[in-house]
Amino acid sequence: MTAMTWETRHKLVISLRYTLLILISAIFIFPIVFMVVSSLKPDLQLLRDSGSLLAFVPYGDISLNNYSFAIERVPVIQFAFNSTFTTVVAVLASILLNSMAAFSFAFLRWRGKKLMLTLIIATFIVPFEVIAIPLLLVVNNLPWIGPEGLKIGWLNSYHVQIIPFIADSLGIFLFYQYFRDLPDELVEAARIDGASIRQIYTRIVMPISGPILATVAILKFLVMWNAYIWPLMVVRTEELRPIMVGLQYFFQRYTYWGEIMAYLTLVTIPVLIFYLALQRAFIESIATSGIKG
Amino acid sequence: MISAAETRKNAPLWVRLLVPKDAPLYQRNESIMGWLMAIPALLVLTLFLVIPFLMAFVMSFTNQRLVSPNPTEWVGMRNFERLLTVRLFTLEPERDESGAIVYDDKGKIAYPRLRTFTRKNPDYPELNGLRELTSWQSGENRTVVLASDVVFLRALFNTLLFAAVIAPLQGGLALLLALLLNQALPYISVFRAIYFAPVVVSMVVVSLLWRFIYDGENGLLNTLLGIASFGSFQPVDWLGNPYTAMPAMIAMSAWQAVGFHMVIWLSGLQTIPTSLYEAAGLDGAGMWQKFRYVTWPGLRNTAVLILIVIVIQATGLFVQVDVMTRGGPLDATQSVVYQAVQRGYDKQDIAEGSAISVVLFFVVLAITIVNRYLTRERETS
Repeated sequence: MTAMTWETRHKLVISLRYTLLILISAIFIFPIVFMVVSSLKPDLQLLRDSGSLLAFVPYGDISLNNYSFAIERVPVIQFAFNSTFTTVVAVLASILLNSMAAFSFAFLRWRGKKLMLTLIIATFIVPFEVIAIPLLLVVNNLPWIGPEGLKIGWLNSYHVQIIPFIADSLGIFLFYQYFRDLPDELVEAARIDGASIRQIYTRIVMPISGPILATVAILKFLVMWNAYIWPLMVVRTEELRPIMVGLQYFFQRYTYWGEIMAYLTLVTIPVLIFYLALQRAFIESIATSGIKG
Repeated sequence: MISAAETRKNAPLWVRLLVPKDAPLYQRNESIMGWLMAIPALLVLTLFLVIPFLMAFVMSFTNQRLVSPNPTEWVGMRNFERLLTVRLFTLEPERDESGAIVYDDKGKIAYPRLRTFTRKNPDYPELNGLRELTSWQSGENRTVVLASDVVFLRALFNTLLFAAVIAPLQGGLALLLALLLNQALPYISVFRAIYFAPVVVSMVVVSLLWRFIYDGENGLLNTLLGIASFGSFQPVDWLGNPYTAMPAMIAMSAWQAVGFHMVIWLSGLQTIPTSLYEAAGLDGAGMWQKFRYVTWPGLRNTAVLILIVIVIQATGLFVQVDVMTRGGPLDATQSVVYQAVQRGYDKQDIAEGSAISVVLFFVVLAITIVNRYLTRERETS
């Protein structure tokens, strides 16, 4: 201790800290490495390797066979399309509906506004799990006009997976907070210049709302892409099934471990790449949702 | 010149309804636009959130089914009685003619069979149809907790246990990680990104993956523990054993979500001014003292927030149960939401599913009220 200068001690503390950080990283990464490595191995080798650290080493009979088998066995591509479609539509619609409502709450004067805003904030404490069962009854009795004419009941369709989620109180609230903190002069100046309300919304407020738009979009993306409990209840046929429900069906029907790992990798890697590319935005969005929600 | 009030009196009803009382009437265009822009979102929220929420309450007093040939009827509190009836019952030992206690062939006290009381016994009408939830020895008697819906009460207990354990565990681990990362060191954001990564992975994927990790024969966890203990560790079927299934589920859920709360702690840590640490350092405070007297007081509101967020998320426990255990083994991992879906969707008994949802709502409401109470006290003190 006495021989140690302040500097060497400082270096020791720093390297200890990094060692700890790396060890903890291993805990968070090992299941994901195991998943990707296993997806490349034939079942026999996969099972043998999981008894040792070889489970993390891509070696031996490495191939993409599991991927092609999994895609042949169930319509993974169709599932991926369904999830992508419902997610994209819901993200776009929720940005529009939530921001319009928030704009109205933040900038326009109309009667009943305060009451509505209070009600929206009050709905924060209702988790989706509480309303899922009665919501099933609601959508089962709603009319829909499609190509085959008027039909009662929304079950087993794309719209039943999308429409209930195109507005949400958290999204409205996040936009509202952001709009409220914008400088008043911005909107006032535009009004004096004779801009219409629609112009203020589309040309002035929305173009400077990038950060909050990204937050609302990312939150909705995660909710929709990972949707499970709701599509599990309302989707009956394979051609409408989203990716997470398809995954669980695959797992229940087949026990080809390598193929399951391939499927898991297929649905996870795009999201992880997306996350790593937009890391800061992702982390900030989710942190905001935790703080405000 | 007409005053604003007079114009208001003469204006048509719809204008009076739209324009705020204290605003001039020339703003009617603004008010119309205000309503038009808010209405799509309000409609969606009303139809798919407010109405189902109110319906949950209404239907929990009926015998509504998703599809039924018979008309729906009011049944009063029957759904709740079925879910929540609990009775204590004391079994007295069997005695022979002399009044001595009878012992069975294993040397244990013999009791009359429970079903003689709970199956249409005219002396005990209140026990009819009840089943044993749990029991314990009290002297020579045996106290039995009887319930009308054993599975639901297990589910309720498990869900509360899950929430009560995971809140301090996950919150504490998240704080440790946040403290570790709250340093201006090179590459620190890389570690933050890694710790956060499981949060963006779907719980379905995580649950399936961890089924392989927890597997009793080829599971990775048994392998790793075997290597770490030089082969002396006996493999465990983590999800197949009623004693380890729930802890395994808690550990996995914490692994998945700890990064989320780490980030919230980090933003809390960043609100503490560095000058406070410098002042404490000048006063000769050590690491622990700095944490105890500077960091922790600055994090109190964050702490309450994090506990509440974890507890409310935990009460929604569903995916892990559905994918990993289906409530088993021996109902050790049943959860409230899993039961609501089983009955409301699988059995299409919307009324019972709604009653369970209502119970869940009151649990969440109670937690929120406790939260409000705790934070209010903090503000005044």
